Amino acid sequence: MGVGETILLLLGGLIPLGYAAYYLGRRKALVATAEGIRMHSRPQQYGWYSVVSMALPAMGVAIAASLLNLLGVVTPPREIVLLMALVTAAVGLAVGLRVIRPSLRARNILDNLIRWLLLGAALISIITTIAIVLSVIFEAMRFFREVSVWEFVTGTVWSPGDSFLEAAGRGDEVTEGSSSFGSVPLFAGTFMVTAIAMAVALPIGLLSAIFMSEYASPRIRGTAKPLLEILAGIPTVVYGFFAAITVTPVVVDIASFFGLDASYSNILSPGIVMGIMIIPFISSLSDDVINSIPQSLREGAYALGTTRSETIRQVVLPAALPGVISAFLLGVSRALGETMIVVMAAGVRPNLTWNPLEDMTTVTVNIVYSLTGDQAFDSPQTLSAFALGLVLFLVTLALNLVSTILVRRFKQRYD
Amino acid sequence: MATRRLTGSVNDARLQRRYRAEQRFRIYCASAVLLALAIILTFFSNIISQGYTAFWHHEVQVTLDYNERAARIGTFALDEDLRDIASRGATRAIPLQMRNNPELAGTTETTWVPVRGEIDQYLKGGRDLEPELRRQVDALMEQGVIQSGFNTRFFTAGDSKLPELAGILSAAIGSLYVLFVTLLFAFPVGVMSAIYLEEFAPDNRFTQAIEVNINNLAAVPSIIFGLLGLAVFINFFGVPRSSAMAGGLTLGLMTLPIIIISTRAALRAVPDPIRLGAFAMGCSRWQVVRDHVLPVSLPGILTGTIIGLAQAMGETAPLIIVGMIAYIPEAPTGLFESATVLPAQIFTWAGEPEKAYVEKTAAGIIVLLAILLSLNAAAVLLRRKFERRW
Repeated sequence: MGVGETILLLLGGLIPLGYAAYYLGRRKALVATAEGIRMHSRPQQYGWYSVVSMALPAMGVAIAASLLNLLGVVTPPREIVLLMALVTAAVGLAVGLRVIRPSLRARNILDNLIRWLLLGAALISIITTIAIVLSVIFEAMRFFREVSVWEFVTGTVWSPGDSFLEAAGRGDEVTEGSSSFGSVPLFAGTFMVTAIAMAVALPIGLLSAIFMSEYASPRIRGTAKPLLEILAGIPTVVYGFFAAITVTPVVVDIASFFGLDASYSNILSPGIVMGIMIIPFISSLSDDVINSIPQSLREGAYALGTTRSETIRQVVLPAALPGVISAFLLGVSRALGETMIVVMAAGVRPNLTWNPLEDMTTVTVNIVYSLTGDQAFDSPQTLSAFALGLVLFLVTLALNLVSTILVRRFKQRYD
Repeated sequence: MATRRLTGSVNDARLQRRYRAEQRFRIYCASAVLLALAIILTFFSNIISQGYTAFWHHEVQVTLDYNERAARIGTFALDEDLRDIASRGATRAIPLQMRNNPELAGTTETTWVPVRGEIDQYLKGGRDLEPELRRQVDALMEQGVIQSGFNTRFFTAGDSKLPELAGILSAAIGSLYVLFVTLLFAFPVGVMSAIYLEEFAPDNRFTQAIEVNINNLAAVPSIIFGLLGLAVFINFFGVPRSSAMAGGLTLGLMTLPIIIISTRAALRAVPDPIRLGAFAMGCSRWQVVRDHVLPVSLPGILTGTIIGLAQAMGETAPLIIVGMIAYIPEAPTGLFESATVLPAQIFTWAGEPEKAYVEKTAAGIIVLLAILLSLNAAAVLLRRKFERRW
């Protein structure tokens, strides 16, 4: 039986038993108090103490059984696991009730347990990170056993198309070297879409932030800022639909008006829409940074006779630069990892070009397509998703770290 | 007498230039905001204008004739000239119905069924039909045999391969299941981590590492969480693919940092005298947190949780990776069954070639945006209502 099932079943049994244990422990303490004995802790703490002394061993048994099952050592039948858990729970409860005496520091013990429990919860985020790194690296290694790292990093042809034949046992139909995993065109597409997105988001976001923190009255700011933040709350699948159905035809029409030939899965329209999505990140982060520039800097500049815009451009913005750069980097990291917009509006054809009106494909598009096909899970095409994911993870991690460090430096300077 | 022009006077050309530059810069900044607001307006009006037509549809009055041939192929229950007009799905269940209720044989029943997707589109002013079919539809419309009405089916049916029958119910229920798992996992773990970091942890390298790590996790692309969910929950722990459990746990890990960060902010906003007072009365650290700090910071924690859940509800990419784009016509009844969610349903519909799905997609988006905006509004109201200045 599965891990989840075991735990659910045990919880179902343990909760009523826990009530009983709480009642018994508390009553023992209450009886003692009534007899005039001074107990160290409050009665309900003894109640909780007996709950813990019952539940912990039982949970231990359940977890051990699940682990054994998971690692495939033995699969103990459900009845035996339940019986063992019940027996340990009973023994735990008996021992727990016995040790309740005036000198038992139930409160301190509970406090310590809770501290460990909370620490465990905090560790889950670390475990998640480690799990991401390990699982992605592990699967990527299986990919790199079949495709050389060098080819992956420098190859300019990405055509995983035929590899599924090999996985289906029809390897003889594959002509030599017909599936290749050169990721350069994918990264070229990703950087192209990111560049377009930032070219849209940075000026609009930064100028909006300057307007709201330097020019706007509190009332205008109070309405404009939450309105802008609506943009951040729109799901990306909605942006994808908007890009594919509304923006792409407009882009194609405008291009043909200028005598240019645009593809219907061009990279420009997802880029523009992605830029729209990123505007609120840039504007609210820059707004925070600009607001935290001390007023004395501005007043010093005004005293020298500069106009407002000169103060902003020559004093406020240079002072805010680290924060603005960090907002920019966060925007880039979002654009690199953004999936739905490009899946819905960009093409799937790997294409090395400088023309944003042609179709290009991105890393995230290929991750999605290699995991939604019908291939066996260990085919090179499926595994390539993890190799791409690994690179994506490392790049965004680096960007996030740099931006965190920049912000911290900036904060130290003005706090 | 030679008059020297004073620098700095209003007539100074350089000063004029500087003032004009000031005006220009101010206009650039204001137009950036206006542009952004115009984009929001365009966006919403575009989605609404594409989707609002999906909330009504056209139905045709048919007389179902439960004859012998209909027991084998449901279409034969229809009048011959209505077979091209009524939805192909309308008669699909008739053979089964007749087998289950033998007393139906030989009877007739008059009822309204949806018209085919392309006819519905034509009647709503969309693409034209073949001339012959168009004349027939126009005639039926005049006789009042075809009428338009509120499309309840959109809210009470699951997905369908026929656009006129497709609805959002199964996806909405799937979303509820997924959010339930996400909440059940992310809320307790997130709040407990935040309490540890804010109230218990010593300030050392280790806790700083946890902190940096949480901030980084909040900025990891969501699709990476999909890869994690696929590798760990599905391949390692054997959670069924495309189940609400797999999706919910994946989104739970993704929502965790958001809940931790907002809960910490809420805890930090509780002034120290409250803690010190409780300590002075002899409370242990846990008692201080449980009885004094948590109750006053609860509104803030809930606000953060609602925002985190709203974000999880709109997320699609990681769910696609864990397989939640399966074709699900019936609502799931358990956490381990195949399910789909609203954003994934929108994605699937957006990929359908028939024109009739475009309006379904946009209508699905209107519903999703309405839910998300009301969740966010609820969070703002909650914050306003319980905001306290210490």
